[in-house]
Amino acid sequence: MVSLYAARKDIYPRSVSGFFSRWRWAMVILTQLVFYGLPWLEWGQRQAVLFDLGDRRFYIFGLVLYPQDFIYLTGLLVISALGLFLFTAVAGRLWCGYTCPQTVYTEMFLWIEKQMEGDRSARMRRDGQLWSMDKFLRKGGKHVAWLLLAMWTGFTFVGYFTPIKELGLAFVQLNMGSWEIFWSIFYGFATYGNAGFMREQVCLHMCPYARFQSAMFDKDTLIVTYDAERGEPRGARSRKTDPATLNLGACIDCTLCVQVCPTGIDIRDGLQYECIGCGACADVCDTVMDKMGYARGLVKYSTENAMNQHWTKSQTLRHVLRPRILIYTSILLGVVVAMVVSLALRTPFKVDVVRDRGVMARVVGKGDIENLYRLQLMNATESMQTYKISTTGLPGLTLTTPDTVEVASTESHWVTVRLVAPFGSAEPGSHVIYFDVEAIGTTDKVSEKSSFIVPR
Amino acid sequence: MSDFTSNFWSIYVTVITIVSILACLLLLWFSGKAKAMTAEDNTTGHVWDGDLREMNNPLPRWWAYLFVITVIFAFVYLALYPGLGTYKGTLGWTSLGQHEKEVDKGNAEVAPLYAKFEAMTPEELIKDTQAMAIGDRLFMNNCAQCHASDARGTKGIPNLTDGDWLHGGTPELIKTTLTQGRMGNMPPMAAAVGSSSDVKNLAQYVLSLSGSPHDSVQAALGKEKFVACAACHGANGKGNQALGAPNLTDDIWLHGYGEAAIISMINNGKVNQMPAQAEKLTEGQIHVLTSYVLSLSNKGVSAQ
Ligand code: SF4
Ligand code: SF4
Repeated sequence: MVSLYAARKDIYPRSVSGFFSRWRWAMVILTQLVFYGLPWLEWGQRQAVLFDLGDRRFYIFGLVLYPQDFIYLTGLLVISALGLFLFTAVAGRLWCGYTCPQTVYTEMFLWIEKQMEGDRSARMRRDGQLWSMDKFLRKGGKHVAWLLLAMWTGFTFVGYFTPIKELGLAFVQLNMGSWEIFWSIFYGFATYGNAGFMREQVCLHMCPYARFQSAMFDKDTLIVTYDAERGEPRGARSRKTDPATLNLGACIDCTLCVQVCPTGIDIRDGLQYECIGCGACADVCDTVMDKMGYARGLVKYSTENAMNQHWTKSQTLRHVLRPRILIYTSILLGVVVAMVVSLALRTPFKVDVVRDRGVMARVVGKGDIENLYRLQLMNATESMQTYKISTTGLPGLTLTTPDTVEVASTESHWVTVRLVAPFGSAEPGSHVIYFDVEAIGTTDKVSEKSSFIVPR
Repeated sequence: MSDFTSNFWSIYVTVITIVSILACLLLLWFSGKAKAMTAEDNTTGHVWDGDLREMNNPLPRWWAYLFVITVIFAFVYLALYPGLGTYKGTLGWTSLGQHEKEVDKGNAEVAPLYAKFEAMTPEELIKDTQAMAIGDRLFMNNCAQCHASDARGTKGIPNLTDGDWLHGGTPELIKTTLTQGRMGNMPPMAAAVGSSSDVKNLAQYVLSLSGSPHDSVQAALGKEKFVACAACHGANGKGNQALGAPNLTDDIWLHGYGEAAIISMINNGKVNQMPAQAEKLTEGQIHVLTSYVLSLSNKGVSAQ
């Protein structure tokens, strides 16, 4: 078994700074401010964003969603998918390089690693040495810091489902529920393992997106490329000599672009599926070009067409607006607008009508026909509401149970409703009727279809 | 397990399961050994579309170990739990056992609540909103199928919201009804009554008992025939709760109103059953349900 497949080759990404890595850090800070911060916000008497699975209510600021509102989650997923298509068609793996949690947490973990163990060469040297106190302290410190960050991440994650302040209190009092403990630790360890150890392997072997991204690429998609025409033949040279006299290209073969690459590839071999489009190689090569006094952009974001046809920057950018992009954008905008409009127009309560399980219809009084229903009224507001029930569809159809019902904030409530149709007012058979429910004091109204059965 | 009539399928499933797990391991072993690489450049040597070639990059080793771990897990699992044909597993787990455990757990959780309820009288429980909310849910899950969501019943199934009781409306009697069920038996009486015109006359008399529109001549003729009915319904037709014989002098018609319906009852009789709940519900639940049913009739009576 020992010979089974290859052992993982360690990758020691060198830290970079530059235009693209500044963008990455901006995205790291932005996404993590949202992730770590959101559960702490308050809205009225409760947590602003809380997915209460136990009570099946989902609170997002002023919005109270029921499981019946899952269509909005579908909408959100459609928007995310379309967004991914659009970004990928425009600039390849933008998502991967800048906002994917795998990238973002790896970036944070790498930063911690660098603080504790130094940059690439120092880390490589130390890993080659025997264990010493210094090595132990540095490595141990790194893992402690990693674990703290990872556990905080797991705790925050659970804080989206259990009020985070209560969770914090329960944690301090060693009083957390067993599922809360399990998920905090599970998510925490997943973070620790993914960002600390698995890193690029997730992108290479586990992520499905890596496998189908090529379906969204075309020749006008911006990708990180090495300008082979300009760079080759590569070779070391002194800064003073003019490369033209040495018959050399712009690449000085310093291999920095390989050293910074988080997936351990050589961008100079051309576009590879491993490349997550992070732009680290572009950043580092630009610093090299600056030092050499050459023009920047030996490694840069460009398109296949632009490279082949020697387009200028503006020509390249003009080709970004091609039919595919316009179609993605318009569908995306359409879905976003539909989502926003439907959320804005959403009636803050729902009605479910269920015909009685036992009684089809019964004859009461002097031959009047009575049908029974159970109505579920779901109040999606955060105040007590009174609903008025009325019915239409048959002449003379009346409600003989109370027509107003009070439902407490965010509660759902079942009521039994009796409808009576006068003798002879309808033919035997099933008739379509409607329950009209309106929230008193508002203009919100819901009309639900049901049937009224007149027996033979 | 009695799922199979012979051992064949059990053995078949067991063999297939074990062979496929071993085959997975073998596949992993061989594909780890096999040298598919044919060309120098780490490709498999195949070329499609002129320039498309397949790289031969191995799986990371930890990934393969993970695979081995799943195989070990599979064997451990199959040893502990049922999965190999009719083999029950060393833990003796069954889904039925798990269900019973859940039910016991649920019952244990609500036990203190029911203990509190059982110490209260039905009159006190009616005023307890929590008990009534639980009663409502018990009613909806166990009684509403027949008695309807509003407890008003339908033809053949009694209305629980009026003050009329076939078997008595005291808390004790309601509890007995719930616990043991009830059997309502009206025997066919045509033979005892006489000719079909006798039956018709009797029906008119029964209508007259409740003051319903009737033919007084026929009713007068039917009156003497009522002796046959009086054994259960009483000489004055007021019924008998000990037998579950309905009061015929009120305007409640459980099995239908009018001459035709009454004639059919006299001729054919009827057996009606309220199932016993003792097996489905605990004593505490029946206690709460009794109070809830009592509250329904109180509400119904005061509303009239
Ligand atoms: S960083 Fe730039 S100059 Fe250095 S090896 Fe890479 S491409 Fe060549
Ligand atoms: S090749 Fe460049 S852009 Fe691609 S992953 Fe490596 S460093 Fe990032």
